[in-house]
Amino acid sequence: MSPFGSLGRRVKRSRRGGVELRLPEEEREFLRTLAPDMRELLGTPDDAAVGRLFPPAYTDHDDHQTAYRLLAGTELLESHLAALDALEAAAGADHLDEEQAHAWMRALNEVRLVLGTRLDVTEEGTERPASRDDPRLPGFAAYDYLSELQAELIDALSG
Amino acid sequence: MATLPTEVREPEIGEDIREDRPWIVIVWNDPINLMSYVTFVFQKLFGYSLEKATKLMLDVHHKGKAVVSSGPREKAEVDVFRLHEHGLWATMQHDE
Repeated sequence: MSPFGSLGRRVKRSRRGGVELRLPEEEREFLRTLAPDMRELLGTPDDAAVGRLFPPAYTDHDDHQTAYRLLAGTELLESHLAALDALEAAAGADHLDEEQAHAWMRALNEVRLVLGTRLDVTEEGTERPASRDDPRLPGFAAYDYLSELQAELIDALSG
Repeated sequence: MATLPTEVREPEIGEDIREDRPWIVIVWNDPINLMSYVTFVFQKLFGYSLEKATKLMLDVHHKGKAVVSSGPREKAEVDVFRLHEHGLWATMQHDE
């Protein structure tokens, strides 16, 4: 796990329940790009990073695992997609109700899991690329931004 | 949430009846999930206090895993599914 703490104040607990979002437009634009990209990715279940979103329930029982995958796999995919839908639908919103906020939390985490797996993030903290030409730079920038936003969201919801 | 059909037949004599033992749900450490997120998810899914959820999260973080719930197979499978929905690395096995 990562001990990432929140740095900014873009998400605040709302008096009417849920959270208030104070996000600059460029951040909202970025958030809007996530769901379409992820939907496409989720269509390629053989991708190792996508596999991180579908862990095995049983590691020492092949028959049970096959049955679990068969019965729960589609439902898990739909659940992941629903969280992404919620993120996309409310990317321009100033307020998220409790349910939307929880869906955002899951959607941001889904993207982080895929990105983090691709970038081979480690517990000790993976060194960020030093060169501006490094092809991994946009991935790390997105990963760090999403980590920060998610931490803020959790802080607000826990408060 | 899909669950497997419950087996109702009686075990044959000498048949392995280990299926009757309770199942435990284990969450494994991973480098991506935030510590605050894992604590939040334990509270949300299992109704644990902040104190208990934090202790389990720290067990996952420091010991590599923690048993977060237990019970019959159907219940354990639902718990695992909900943890998977939240992106946590959860598996289930018989209690040893």
